[in-house]
Amino acid sequence: MSATTSSSERSLGSLFRSQGAQKLLAFAGLLVLLVGFSVASPNFMQTANMITILQAASINGVLAVSATLIIITGGIDLSVGTGMTFCAVIAGVVLTYLGMPMPVGIVAAIAAGTLSGFLSGVFVAKLKVPPFIATLGMMLILKGLSLVISGTRPIYFNDTPGFTQIATGSIVGTFFPIFPIPNGVVILFLVAGIASFILGRTVLGRYAFALGSNEEALRLSGVNADRWKIAVYSLGGAIMGVAGILIASRLNSAQPALGLGYELDAIAAVVIGGTSLRGGQGTILGTIIGALIMAVLLNGLRILSVAQEWQTVVTGSIIILAVYADMLRRQRAAAAT
Amino acid sequence: MFNRRTLLATASAVVMLGFAPMASAQDDTLDIALISKGFQHQFWQAVNMGAQQAAEELGVNVTFEGPDNESQVDRQIDMLAAALARQPDAIGFAALDSQAATPLLQQAQAAGIPVIAFDSGVDSDIPLGTAATNNLAAAALAADKMAELIGGEGKVALVVHDQTSRTGIERRDGFVNQIEAEYPDIEIVSIQYGGGDHLQSTEITKSILLANPDLKGIFGANEGSAIGVVNGVTELGRDDVVVIGYDSGAAQLDAIRSGTMAGAITQNPVGIGYETVAAAVAAINGEEVPAEIDTGFYYYDASNMDDPEIAAVLYE
Repeated sequence: MSATTSSSERSLGSLFRSQGAQKLLAFAGLLVLLVGFSVASPNFMQTANMITILQAASINGVLAVSATLIIITGGIDLSVGTGMTFCAVIAGVVLTYLGMPMPVGIVAAIAAGTLSGFLSGVFVAKLKVPPFIATLGMMLILKGLSLVISGTRPIYFNDTPGFTQIATGSIVGTFFPIFPIPNGVVILFLVAGIASFILGRTVLGRYAFALGSNEEALRLSGVNADRWKIAVYSLGGAIMGVAGILIASRLNSAQPALGLGYELDAIAAVVIGGTSLRGGQGTILGTIIGALIMAVLLNGLRILSVAQEWQTVVTGSIIILAVYADMLRRQRAAAAT
Repeated sequence: MFNRRTLLATASAVVMLGFAPMASAQDDTLDIALISKGFQHQFWQAVNMGAQQAAEELGVNVTFEGPDNESQVDRQIDMLAAALARQPDAIGFAALDSQAATPLLQQAQAAGIPVIAFDSGVDSDIPLGTAATNNLAAAALAADKMAELIGGEGKVALVVHDQTSRTGIERRDGFVNQIEAEYPDIEIVSIQYGGGDHLQSTEITKSILLANPDLKGIFGANEGSAIGVVNGVTELGRDDVVVIGYDSGAAQLDAIRSGTMAGAITQNPVGIGYETVAAAVAAINGEEVPAEIDTGFYYYDASNMDDPEIAAVLYE
């Protein structure tokens, strides 16, 4: 977007302007939904229901943060759904089958995610397999491995006291009993904050955007682009590991057959949040708002007793509408520069 | 900038206004939320049909929701949570994973919302009653019919939807235990799992048949598995193999009419939906609800599938 601007100062300015506008647009959509549902049903705007929505958004939100990083580099990660399950199963094996203490299980799950992200990154960057294919392969590999490792049975965490507290307990609630935000939601915001910091303030973030907008230029300027790309995929994998712990904790079990299709919900949250699938731009804040929009929408439609088949139609329409609105904004922004 | 924002806002407002009347229309009628294990599948739609039938007769409002497939435990939990937030008068629930749902069920109990379990039920003492098929007995009946049709001896195999769900486990065990207990000359050579997926079950069936050319019969433990078995047998031209299925659906009914499939066990999905809603209404009114509500099952084949009693519980 900044390729045609004359001075770097102007390009920086337009970057902020367009990102600000996108946040506003998605945020306005979220507000409209919240107000609309509140008017439509007295049961919607209740503390317990707001917590329900946040909790429903937390796992998809973490997956979407992972997906945002990869999509910014111009890639795609189809393996986040089954990869999350794989990490949950690893936690289950370490904690329940091997009886290790809880922190070991958490580290193992995140390590498993990092490793799978690293492998995807190697396939994409070194072997030059297109990201869609490489991560499609990883999606199936991880789905299969989850079933193999778990023996196709759910692994329960009954022997690990406190494990369910990771996602469902509420540290916030002990200080503010009026609004007991579950830890899973706090973890989502922590992950989002860290990812946002990495994207905005570190070399890794700068190169992630550069990989997406002009990989060739990055290479020509002497940067080892492959290595940075692998680093981004690994980071995405680590975040996927966090999602694995969250879902395992929320269900108090690692469900090995779960996960297929979750990658599409994550990608939907990313695009609703205004990140372009072409790469080179996007924000974590937008993605979080995208995940919240999806959760609010589904919850609100359910509270209004809308038939399930229509819930799906409405969700699909909102995705197209959001991306279309964003495209209009981009065209306008491009015409203005 | 202004235009795009208005566009999004207007569109959302239109969506909202469209649904607003639906919410206000149900103020004084009883509101019952059914959370099932599936949705698009014909079986669940038949359960829904029975539930809506009862809703109409009893003058209550019933919603029916379920995840896209039976592995999505967290999605089902989200549905249950949203249903609770709606503050319904009763909840009907078929758990994918009972343990994961326990906190929410306790919440329902604390709020005084009666819970009725249906289909595979819930491993918990919170539901007042469970409306379900006795899967063990139903699969044992399938084993008896299989033994009868193959002459009490030879090799048989099972294609089951999964080994984690209660229905998968109970139908497999019901069939296997009955064969082992009653028919010593029948050998079970293979038990495989195809996720209830037509194509996967077809491939599994073909590999079983190729590995065991002298196989005499196959039991498909749910609709998807049974259709897969029929496809596999047809593709290999093995019309000598006795196929027994489970549930109904257009493809399975056709297979039975044409003779590719010998017969099938049918649950009473319409009855499951109907009894769940009826029990929920009884519970709301403070009446006693039996712990086990047996919704029944039948064996049907070409000879009896058009009997009114059977035809009423079969679905296309």
